[in-house]
Amino acid sequence: MKIRELAEKMDLAPLSLPDGDREVEGFYAGDLLSWVMGRANAGNVWFTIMSNVNVLAVASLVDLSAVVLAEGVTLSDKDAASALEKGINVFTSEKSTFELCALAGELAK
Amino acid sequence: MAEAITFHYDVDGENFTSAGNASVQVKRKLRQLGFPPEIIKRVSIAMYEGEINMVIHASGGSADVTVTPEEVRIVLTDHGPGIADVALAMREGYSTAPDNIRSLGFGAGMGLPNMKRYTDTMEIDTEVGRGTTITMTVKVA
Ligand SMILES: Nc1ncnc2c1ncn2[C@@H]1O[C@H](COP(=O)(O)OP(=O)(O)OP(=O)(O)O)[C@@H](O)[C@H]1O
Ligand SMILES: [Mg+2]
Repeated sequence: MKIRELAEKMDLAPLSLPDGDREVEGFYAGDLLSWVMGRANAGNVWFTIMSNVNVLAVASLVDLSAVVLAEGVTLSDKDAASALEKGINVFTSEKSTFELCALAGELAK
Repeated sequence: MAEAITFHYDVDGENFTSAGNASVQVKRKLRQLGFPPEIIKRVSIAMYEGEINMVIHASGGSADVTVTPEEVRIVLTDHGPGIADVALAMREGYSTAPDNIRSLGFGAGMGLPNMKRYTDTMEIDTEVGRGTTITMTVKVA
């Protein structure tokens, strides 16, 4: 599945979408950056409530396919611009991390 | 044998938003030099963790990276408080990060373990009151 398709199915609002054709390769959820950096895999979609420039660094270093900010969390305009420039897909959703995971689990079946 | 390429960065201890810049630049350089993605990932994650640690725990420092076709060597030097118990600091989950830093998503106590995991060798030379030097290598071939 492509990121664009996932966003539509999960009703995710784009904050930065430089690469909607990127392929989704699994999911990861968590808010502790070093933990995510050690455990998430390239191509994963990452669900988190954290939103700052370091989240973008982690997404870029691990080469995640997208970051989804849960609970209506958004990016500052500056960070959104930086995400776009770095080629990182970022979405926001009103759903909780749990609801996002449950939904993703359904889609992954 | 091809000559070594070296990079030097000063890591600003005050500026949290620029923390990670040196790693991002090294990542870009390695990509330009044509290193395999897996090597680039390992180097940049290990360096990022070390860089963030210097910002959070040691008020900044410097990073020296030496690149040869055989290996990438990263030396991180700071003049912070030093690490009293290295074995304890290396344990997954051990962290002394203060609350304001934790609210940014740091403080899992996974940085040093990640550095160890993503590199082939890692040496910590530290003394309380003097500072810390961490040397890591990632073998290319
Ligand atoms: N350069 C350093 N100078 C002084 N102390 C350090 C340094 N690097 C690490 N430490 C000490 O080692 C502990 C563990 O470091 P580690 O990177 O594993 O976790 P952390 O930085 O606290 O959290 P995380 O990296 O998961 O965000 C730190 O909390 C700190 O006490
Ligand atoms: Mg750390």
